[in-house]
Formats: sequence, C-alpha cells, structure tokens
Amino acid sequence: MNAEALLERPWAGRLLGGEANRRKRTLILVSLLAAFLAFIVVGGALLGQSGLSTNVELRNLAPSLRYPFGTDWLGRNMLTRTLKGLTLSMGIGLLASSISACIAVLMGLAAATMPRAVDAFISWLIDLFLSMPHLVMLILVAFILGGGAKGVIIAVAVTHWPSLARVVRAEVLQLRQADYVRFAKHAGRSRLWIATRHMLPHLAPQVIVGYILLFPHAILHEASITFLGFGLSPHKPAIGVILSESMRYLSTGRWWLAFFPGLSLLALVFAFYSLGSNLRLLADPWSAHE
Amino acid sequence: MRDLAVFLAGKAARLLLLLVAVSSLSFILVNFSPIDPVQAYVGADMMRVSPEQREQIAEYWGLNDPPLQRFFRWASAVLHGDFGTSMIYRRSVLSVIGDRFAASLVLMGLAWLLSGTMGFLLGTLAGRRRGSWLDRLVKGYSLTLASTPVFWLALLLLYVFAVWLKWAPVGMMVPAGVEASQVSWTQRLDHLVLPTVTLSIIGVSNVALHTREKLIDVLNSDYVAFARARGESERSILRRHALRNIALPAVTLQFAQFSELFGGSVLAEQVFSYPGLGQATVQAGLRSDVPLLLGIVIFITLFVFMGNLTADLLYRLIDPRMRLGGAA
Repeated sequence: MNAEALLERPWAGRLLGGEANRRKRTLILVSLLAAFLAFIVVGGALLGQSGLSTNVELRNLAPSLRYPFGTDWLGRNMLTRTLKGLTLSMGIGLLASSISACIAVLMGLAAATMPRAVDAFISWLIDLFLSMPHLVMLILVAFILGGGAKGVIIAVAVTHWPSLARVVRAEVLQLRQADYVRFAKHAGRSRLWIATRHMLPHLAPQVIVGYILLFPHAILHEASITFLGFGLSPHKPAIGVILSESMRYLSTGRWWLAFFPGLSLLALVFAFYSLGSNLRLLADPWSAHE
Repeated sequence: MRDLAVFLAGKAARLLLLLVAVSSLSFILVNFSPIDPVQAYVGADMMRVSPEQREQIAEYWGLNDPPLQRFFRWASAVLHGDFGTSMIYRRSVLSVIGDRFAASLVLMGLAWLLSGTMGFLLGTLAGRRRGSWLDRLVKGYSLTLASTPVFWLALLLLYVFAVWLKWAPVGMMVPAGVEASQVSWTQRLDHLVLPTVTLSIIGVSNVALHTREKLIDVLNSDYVAFARARGESERSILRRHALRNIALPAVTLQFAQFSELFGGSVLAEQVFSYPGLGQATVQAGLRSDVPLLLGIVIFITLFVFMGNLTADLLYRLIDPRMRLGGAA
C-alpha cells in the first residue's frame, strides 16, 4: 500500500468512524483481547483439578447453569477440560512460535547480510519448506520424533518459520540500502554490529506482529495433529484429544462434547488473529490511517 | 517461445532438486525415529511373535542393513518407479497412492471448484460495495473461517446432517457391506457431499478476501475513474474492466492453494472416514508404514509443485508483462 493510494481514499477513514478514533479504538480492542487471553490462563489455573476427576453420578450431563459445557462419560466437567486444554494449547503455541520466530529472524538476517551463496541457500530452504503441505510435514516430523509434547513443539517450530523469515529477509534487503546503514558500513562497523544495532530495532515491530500472527497457526496445527493422533498423549487435557474422543460419542447425540471445546478453540485463535492484525495497524503508520 | 522453454527448463531443474532434497531428507530423518518398525508391523500380536520371527521380519523387509545401504536401495528402486511395498496394505506403494489419490481427487476437485466459484462470487459482491452490510458479512465470515479448525467444522456438519437430520450417511466412501460393483453413483455422491461441503466452506475464505481486495483496488484505479467520467454504467465497468482484471489472480490463487487443500482434506477424510490419500497418510504415520509415508510425501510435493507451476504458467500465458523477465 503506497501513500498515493491512501491519499485517494478519504472515505476509508470515514468508514471506520473517524480517523482520530481509529488508533484509540484499536488500543481498546487490543486491551480487550489481551484481557480475554489472560482470563483463559487465569481461569484455567484457578479451576484446579477437581473438575477433571471421574464422577460417576455426573455422567453425560447436558449443558446447564452449573455445568455450562456439560460433562463427559466419566463425569468430568467439560468447561474445566476445555479451559485446561486452551491453556495447554497456548503454552505449546507460545513455545513453538517463539522458537519459530527465532529461527525466522536468524534466517532472515543471515540471508540478507551474508554473502550471496548463503542467501540463495536460505531462499531455497524457505521454498523447500513451503513446497509441502504443513500438515504432511507436521505428521512427518511428529512421526520422526515419536509424538508427544516434544514432538509437537518441534514439529510446529520447524514448519512455521518460512513465512516470517521471508518477511524479515525482504525488509533487511531494503534496510541495507538505507543511508544510515551504508554510512555505518563505510565507517567500518562490523556486520554483526549493524545487524544488532541498526537492523534489529527497525525490524522489531514487524517481527513482534509476525510472531503474534504465528500463534494462531501454531495453536490450530497443534490441535490438528493431536486430533489425528500424532501429538499430545490422550491423557492430556488437550482440545485435539477432547475432539477426537468426542467423535466416538457423536452418534449418541452428545453434541456438547465437541461443540463448546471447538468453539472455544475458534475464539482463542480468532482473538490472536485480531490481536496481531490490530497491532499491525498500530505498528504500521501508513495502514493505520485506513 | 524460447522464453517459455527456458522457464520450463528452470522449473524442471528446481523440481528435480526439490524432489532429491525432500526424499533424501525424509529418508534420513525417518531413520532417526524412535519407533521400531518391526514392533509397529507386529502391532497387537506382539506377545505371539517370538524373537526369531522378529528377526525374520526384519530380514524380510531389509531392516538390518546399514542406513546408507538402505537409502541407496530405496532411492534406486524409486528411480525405477518402484516405491516399495506398503506394510499395512501389503500392496505396492504406488498402487495404494494411485487408488487413494483417485478418491481424494474427486473430493478435492469438487471442493476446489465450489470454493473457487463461491469465493469469487462472494468476494465480488463484497468488494463492489465496500462497507455495506454484505461486505461486512462476507469479511466477517471469511475471517472467522480462517480461524476455524477444519476437523471441528467437519464434526459439526457430521452431527447436524448425519446424526441429527439423518440426511447424509455417517461416513465412508460407500455404504458398508455392499460390494464394490453394486455401489451406485448416487450412493457414492451421498458419501461425498459432507466432506466436500466441509472443504468448500473452509476454502472460500482465502479467495473471497483476495478477490474483495483486488476489486476494491481496481474500482479505485485511474482507468475505472476515467470510465466513470466517460459515463459508463457501474454494471458495465464491473463487467468490462473489473472482472477481467480480478478473475486471473483468483484462478492463480486457487492453483497455488493445493497445499492447503490437501491439508484440509487430511482432516476431513479422517472425520468422515473417507478412504482417500489423506487418511492413508494418517494411517501410514500412526502405524509406522515408512515406505508408504515416504511415497506420499514425495507424491504430495509433486502435486503441490504442479499446482504452483500451473499458477505461474497461467500468469505468463495471460499477462504479457510477466514474460519480460519478471518470472521468478
């Protein structure tokens, strides 16, 4: 999006309720989303283990005020299981996307600052990783690592860096032409100095936004491969486990076993998406006017 | 014409390098797996299988040879078009992939067409009147679907249409207990509907958002402003200027999406027990069928590459600007 295109669209600002309000509204939305995510973590921690224990008298209850998400065939509270599952998903997503973002930044920086051969190799590596469906690669990596939490985290981490690495590489390639970077080079600064002092601070907003936008992918993919049976063990309270168990009970009419946990996962992923895209609006002054 | 030949030769070289890298990397990594293939092969019969028999199984599948030797044996077999024998289906990997892919192709093809048309239509409707309730509806729908777990949507549809309304069968490709030759076309179609609908609903999101953006850009362009100034009606602007410019990117985007299409298909096939390649991938992974898994990985890489290549070619053939050295 370039400046001219934006100047030609004064209506874009009007549409969103005034240009002056936009930033404020984004900030409010971001805090609301952050509060929602914090609520899940705190809620999951406060609920304790009591809802997870087997209780024969409370088996297969439909959703009610006391059990908003119902109970399963062992009498476990589905709300507790869902919240625990979401917390677990967020933990795994956090770890996996952190590793992924680190790989992406390192690769992107290396591609753009090192000699041409390195750049060519890393670009090829990015293409290689993008040439296979994520899910197939996740299955392959999780299979190689023998499943479990470690397998999931590594599988998600090694499959999600290419898109962010591409962004970082493109950005650094542009930065290299900037006057202050060229000046620093002529002034005899080392590549490492330029990379850490000049480039990283400039990249930070984009990387942070890209990092937050990695989250929803990581969470969805963790749930997917757990659902398929390659991820977390069936004893963990993960959303993927809950949903794959629910498949066995769907034909008996217990819709709540799948409906609410999946809906919560959707809400969590959606919250991260909007958090990321709203932060991008704040970080990118040009699109912020839109 | 010469340009095209150079372009295709470059692509072929890339493909070759890609396949070599994917196959050797996968093979090497699979050998690090802590899963014992003999154990996986034996499965539930583990108590009844003596150590001698295990040794025989390992010998039969050539599992005792050093990894490098196994790699070269496998690689040379692959070059001869033989991907080995699937451990779970006891058939050649290629024939398993062929059968399964045919089933998946019907599913993915239908979903590809449906989601493409629907997405393009919705995107056009939304982009035409930016900010209207329809636009907001389409945008909200697409953004929500981007965060929807495919398998959850599949479960919901399964519950509503198969369990609750009883309109569709619960799963499988054909009714259980009916011989293959007896299965009618309508029955096949019945079993295809829900997985196709699932994949189509999910697939709409990308095309719709993309088309919407493009249309908004086009409608704000100078040439459309000129057409308006000339007094052309909105309808004729849409037909003569806008649609021509946004149709190609949408088609290209659809071709570049084979990778996500297959990813969704893996999950949908799992929920609906549809016997396609996606389900075979999951089975191969869960039951440690290494030859089949490697075969599928290579095959799918090829499939995705072909989609991307088609997208590139379409651009080159239709947009002359791409031919002037712009092709990456």
